[in-house]
Amino acid sequence: MIPIYPDPKARPRTRRPRAMVSGVASDSHTWNLVFLQLVCEEAGLDVVNLGPCVPDDLLVGECVDQRPDLLVISSVNGHGYRDGLRVVPRLRARPELAGTRIVIGGRLGVTGRREDGPAARLVAAGCDRVFDGGPGDLEEFRALAAEVASRTADGAASRAPVRLR
Amino acid sequence: MAAGFGGFVAATAAAGDLVVQPRMGFGDVAAMRSGLLATKRARAATAGTITVDSYTRVGDLESAAAALAAGAALNGYPLVSHGAETNRRMLRGVRDATFPVQVRHGSADPGKIFEALLDAGLDATEGGPVSYCLPYSRMPLSQAVEHWARGCELLAARGREAGREPHLETFGGCVLGQLCPPSQLVALSVLEAVFFRARGLRDISLSYAQQTDPGQDAEAVLALRALAGEFLGGVRWHVVVYAYMGVYPETPRGAASLLTAAAELAVRTGAERLIVKTEAESRRIPTISENVAALELAGTAARAARPVPPPPGGADSQVYAEARRLIEATLELHRDVGRALLRAFKLGYLDIPYCVHPDNRGAARSYIDGDGTLRWADVGALPLDGLVPRRRSRPVGSAELLDALHYVRRRHDGEG
Ligand code: B12
Repeated sequence: MIPIYPDPKARPRTRRPRAMVSGVASDSHTWNLVFLQLVCEEAGLDVVNLGPCVPDDLLVGECVDQRPDLLVISSVNGHGYRDGLRVVPRLRARPELAGTRIVIGGRLGVTGRREDGPAARLVAAGCDRVFDGGPGDLEEFRALAAEVASRTADGAASRAPVRLR
Repeated sequence: MAAGFGGFVAATAAAGDLVVQPRMGFGDVAAMRSGLLATKRARAATAGTITVDSYTRVGDLESAAAALAAGAALNGYPLVSHGAETNRRMLRGVRDATFPVQVRHGSADPGKIFEALLDAGLDATEGGPVSYCLPYSRMPLSQAVEHWARGCELLAARGREAGREPHLETFGGCVLGQLCPPSQLVALSVLEAVFFRARGLRDISLSYAQQTDPGQDAEAVLALRALAGEFLGGVRWHVVVYAYMGVYPETPRGAASLLTAAAELAVRTGAERLIVKTEAESRRIPTISENVAALELAGTAARAARPVPPPPGGADSQVYAEARRLIEATLELHRDVGRALLRAFKLGYLDIPYCVHPDNRGAARSYIDGDGTLRWADVGALPLDGLVPRRRSRPVGSAELLDALHYVRRRHDGEG
């Protein structure tokens, strides 16, 4: 059985909206994942960090089990477009994940430039956003994480029974 | 027995030169061959490198083959997928007594890669049971130790059949590339070398990756030499310095300044070999000419740094004291060094900061001190009592983490 990485900083589970941070199967870079975990936590999301070198089956299985509000896929080794195009369609094929926002980012190719073709195919395959080295990537990502945190938190609050004080 | 990789490095060092080597790897056979030939012709004492792609590293040969079939660019040379005949053709007239070639890979289960490099007529590579497992894969450490034991035995036995002494380099001096205190890098490098020797290798190099402070780095390389002398009897060994393995400067001047500092570190500490980085490092896989430029810059910087007085002993520093404690505490845990490593990680006697692998305890933390040295913020269960003050670390935020990861880049890019 493939083990799941513990949170680098384990903390008690709350019912806050949840993000899942994950590397892709071929990529062992980890600092990007630790960094993105912290960004998501700062935006108010609970985070499960699956760590690097996550095989497609494990990623799909964990997402279906945990139903994150936001899935953050990161790759910097230059195989990200290919790895993303392999796993994202598998994620989107699962009806359980219809409500999950999926984003991918990092250094997705080996040329150091953004590649419009593969990026467009990733969107067509079901990525809500592709952050492949645009100037405002991080600000936009922070805003998106904050929006997911507040939107899902509002949703949770409106489902809660109204109580008189 | 003919010289082999270690013999070439020893002869170059005896002639007063530093061997410089790239981290080069291309998916395409013709590009890989051109890159090796350009390395050979570069104006410096060079050794060649074949860096293997990420699919092959993690054993996903299907994806490597699919990428080749689609003509897609890979981040390295798919050594296994190209097959023995192609590899031999690629190397014909490239590798000879004046130009050894090493395979660099990053695999927790290196068996197929070792077979492929031996089939190609090569016998020099690198890695280690810890350094290519914890930060490089999800495989349990116990399995990686098994795979590496078999791999070393294979390399030692089959390598010698060709009449040369096979060579293996530790990657332990680099774990996670950045923010691991130097004493643990030194300890891991020595422990992996001891593991290689126990599994039959007799020609070994020990790595150390440049970190945040030149003075502390010099202490570390000297400590590594002293400890190699103490723990590696019966082995021919040399030390290889890696130019900084963390977030790299973005400006050409910054990249050159950091590489020059790495070459000076190597020369001042008596290291025999240097692995370079190029000015494209911060952005993408470097081209052949960027690699050649980095090799020549490093070679020139190394020659300019000579002559140097013979390096001091190295056994009287803080780095030495901590590293020695970590090595001894580990080796005491079991006669078999592989088992000893497993126990050491279980007990937290070895613990790599920020490494999220389940077999790493994750209680130790590091920080960059005001003077630029890399220190323990929290030693967790590391057996460093009396050597390092006990502190509790506090959680860092994303901005603070990025700040620490960019410390070296900022200084060399001239941002203070
Ligand atoms: C440290 C490092 C390593 C360490 C990694 C240790 C670890 N476990 O983490 C080691 C030495 C082990 C390593 C190994 C390899 N590396 Co490396 N590595 C680096 C290095 C120097 C720094 C990366 C880093 O830590 N950055 C800090 C983090 C916080 O930032 P980041 O990863 O850049 O991510 C930022 C953005 O991209 C963005 N981002 C990332 N993901 C996402 C996702 C979303 C949604 C968003 C919004 C943003 C985002 O946010 C981050 C903060 O700004 C870079 C080059 C550089 N930058 O200087 C090369 C680099 C990433 N590595 C590279 C490669 C190819 C490899 C190897 C394949 C070996 C090789 N062929 O050279 C192996 C990986 C093996 C594998 N199976 O994948 C290449 C990738 C090339 C490309 N994409 O074109 C680089 C660029 C070096 C180079 N020029 O060749 N590496």
